[in-house]
Amino acid sequence: MNYKMMGRFISQILFIEALFMIPAVGIGLYCGETAAVKGFALTLGLMSAIIAVLIMLCRGAPSAFYAKEGMVCVGVSWIVLSLLGCLPFYFSGEIPSYIDAFFEIVSGFTTTGSSILTDVEALSNSILYWRSFSHWLGGMGVLVFLLAITPSGAKGTGFTMHLLRAESPGPNVGKLVPKMRKTAAILYIIYIVMTIVNIIFLLAGGMSLFESVCTAFGTAGTGGFGIKNDSMASYSPYIQNVTTVFMALFGINFSCYYLLLLRQFKSVFKDEELRLYLGLIFGSTALIVLNLRGYYPTLEETIRHAAFTVSTIITTTGFATTDFDLWPAFSKAIVMMLMLIGACAGSTGGGFKCARLLLVLKSLKRNIRQVISPRKVQVVRNNGAIVDEKILDNANAYLAAYVIIIFVSFLLVSLDEFSIGTNFTAVLACFNNIGPGLEAVGPTCNFSGYSVLSKLVLCFDMLAGRLEIFPILALLSRSTWTSK
Amino acid sequence: MNIIIAGDGQVGSTLTRLLSAEGHDVTLIDTNSRVLESSQESFDVMSVHGNCASMEVLLQAGVKDADLLIAATNADEINLLCCTTAHGLNKKLHTIARIRNPEYTEQIYTMQDVFGLSMVINPEKQAAQEIERLLKYPGFLKRDSFAKGRTEIVELRVDASSKLCNVALIDMNSIVKCRVLVCAVLRGGNAIAPGGNFVLREGDRIFVTAPTENLATLLRNLGIITRRVRRVVLCGGGRVSFYVASLLEKNGIAVQIIEHDYDRCMELAEDLPDTNVIHGDSTDQSLLESEGLADTDALVSLTGLDELNMIISLYGQSRGVPQVITKLNRMENRSMVDALGLGSVICPKELCSNTIARYVRAMQNQSGAAVSLHAIADGQAEAIEFLVDEHTRNCNIPLKDIKLKPNVLLVSITHGSKTEIPGGLSSFRKGDTIVVVTSGRGTIRQLNDIFA
Repeated sequence: MNYKMMGRFISQILFIEALFMIPAVGIGLYCGETAAVKGFALTLGLMSAIIAVLIMLCRGAPSAFYAKEGMVCVGVSWIVLSLLGCLPFYFSGEIPSYIDAFFEIVSGFTTTGSSILTDVEALSNSILYWRSFSHWLGGMGVLVFLLAITPSGAKGTGFTMHLLRAESPGPNVGKLVPKMRKTAAILYIIYIVMTIVNIIFLLAGGMSLFESVCTAFGTAGTGGFGIKNDSMASYSPYIQNVTTVFMALFGINFSCYYLLLLRQFKSVFKDEELRLYLGLIFGSTALIVLNLRGYYPTLEETIRHAAFTVSTIITTTGFATTDFDLWPAFSKAIVMMLMLIGACAGSTGGGFKCARLLLVLKSLKRNIRQVISPRKVQVVRNNGAIVDEKILDNANAYLAAYVIIIFVSFLLVSLDEFSIGTNFTAVLACFNNIGPGLEAVGPTCNFSGYSVLSKLVLCFDMLAGRLEIFPILALLSRSTWTSK
Repeated sequence: MNIIIAGDGQVGSTLTRLLSAEGHDVTLIDTNSRVLESSQESFDVMSVHGNCASMEVLLQAGVKDADLLIAATNADEINLLCCTTAHGLNKKLHTIARIRNPEYTEQIYTMQDVFGLSMVINPEKQAAQEIERLLKYPGFLKRDSFAKGRTEIVELRVDASSKLCNVALIDMNSIVKCRVLVCAVLRGGNAIAPGGNFVLREGDRIFVTAPTENLATLLRNLGIITRRVRRVVLCGGGRVSFYVASLLEKNGIAVQIIEHDYDRCMELAEDLPDTNVIHGDSTDQSLLESEGLADTDALVSLTGLDELNMIISLYGQSRGVPQVITKLNRMENRSMVDALGLGSVICPKELCSNTIARYVRAMQNQSGAAVSLHAIADGQAEAIEFLVDEHTRNCNIPLKDIKLKPNVLLVSITHGSKTEIPGGLSSFRKGDTIVVVTSGRGTIRQLNDIFA
């Protein structure tokens, strides 16, 4: 293991985090929030000290960097990011327990949106901003940001592929253009432009600038931290609809947008994953609307809430306009199914990913055919291209790891004596980075009732879900740390 | 620049490393997805899986926006078709094809436009030319030519018996009795930029800049045998052997080729009337002896296996053959050859990649950009040739008044046909060709970069 290189990397990541904390301090000063500013200042001081020590210790790091280091680096940097990112909450006294603060920021960076806060509106503005901004940063990934700003041509540039792979969601991560730096920059530019457009749309609906920025951060990262206790319920139908559309847009693979920019419309419209994703959104919305007949006074309201909920759940955002826990069982079942599937690969959303679902279904279909005619030679295709067997194996292995983690976490969380529905959906909501589950962790409730152990298990789930399991599992594997 | 490299083999990956490190956008095409994957993990490049001669794959690799296509798969026909197709898709595209089969040479030169080729490269032929150049001046391990062949950087080994052993560089010119400049020394695998008080030790490899006309003087005064090569033994009868033999035949040098495959021997005998083709195993020491190894002037091991070549060369050296040249296919083995203290090493694939890299640099040749760039001292230093033009700073100022960057050395100035090894009073003017040596890789891109 190349610890020095990792240390240098982590110092860079922390530097970026510190840099992004500064606007929050500005907001705190502007609004005169002394406690919050003190919290940020303490955190920034501590971070600078850590950065300085890391730089001192890690001078002259050798540049050899391989898949294992890449994985571990991503896992460790996300944990360090969270351990320090939660300090403003803790130091400012707005979240008195460190574990709660940690849970809150992990939920932020992993774009989950599960909260332990009972009264969000009591938080100061700078803390609210930092909480929402963590979604934006975590959505596209802080390492991708680092890749976008590190000068290319630095030594050992090949390893960056390992980092992109470990941090970007999806079964088959590739570059858009030959240079890693440009790829990362393109992703971030698309991300920034879409966020700004979202803010403009929200401003046009009469939202204040601060609220639009925070809401847009939550939407763009498909996170779901609201700044109101009732999430999005009290906003106007226009704002709810805008958010529905933008959540769905941020759940689409960003390479589709790049192809659109290149005017390759045909390949975008023929993309199988996009078709599945849009099909799921429209299909589920239609089914829920049918199932909800008479539940809301008008058809418009039914469609609005159904579409919003489908969009928020499939993209794993976790905003809410209505308490879908009160919906009929069939609608709730659809919501739960969408929780499992998640958004497209290469988007800011979480979950199992539509692309992976497609691959698993296709490989299942092939295996069934194989039973019927054992000598049949078959290849799996995606968008017309043959899918490598290794990618299929990975998708199937991912499914296995996914199911095992869900059940182990479910077992551990169940020690807390909540109902089965609560515990199971809590795990689903955290692991898939959604936010609210059903029953006691439903859209109107929060996670504050869980014990410390459960909160840590759920934090683990959130990180594992965001980084797609393997980087976090790699941290736990003994072979990672020993040379044997 | 956008560069597509078709064929991710040895040449392909060497080029990928070179070109992506120089900041170009490289896209690789290969039919083997495992090779592509490992390239993706070690270099900052994109890859496309498929047949590079098919239009669809070329389009996918972005041929429409590319500036240069390099076809270096192992099949000549695919390389040709790839370049022709790509050129059909993008008329502005430069294409380089690796063509090795000598039977195609002529038609390609006459029909270069029809095929849409900008350059054809034949690694084996190049290697043969390089071997011939080395055989002309036995004693040099490597020669790099600059300024249209007027300046050379040659590599020499300092042996215990050498006149240069334990000599300070400041005293060197009085020994060799002509002006030369040591621009780099390799000691224990590390390149050193030596000062005047630097003392040479046994085992050092030194890189000497000299005007081409002084090479003979240099060799003579160093006491290195300058006897003309009259008899050469080539072990292995591959393509390189064929080219070397045909070049040497023209110079009236007696050539013996030892090849173990009888049919190949027959082919060679048909094509090379003046060469002795011997059917036998070149690792068989008694065969080598009976073919007169003791009184050959040079032994060149050119079989297809690196380990075999190394063994043959070691044997030749132990038998006191004045010049031994070893062909290596894998560059990684080079450090081992150096450890063994063998003579010159020729790596056709490296030569090929260097030529292409030079072409790429020439393509971007704006004002003040490098005319050519040679890696010396096992790639730890670069020798770069520049043309002085009106944008160059510090023209006509004596060098002692110019401050250069710390790791940069100005090693030669060529005015017209005269090469000068610069001293403090020398200066350069517009139209001159100058060569600089730098240990900082990739830091010098333009001539004005050398000034502090």
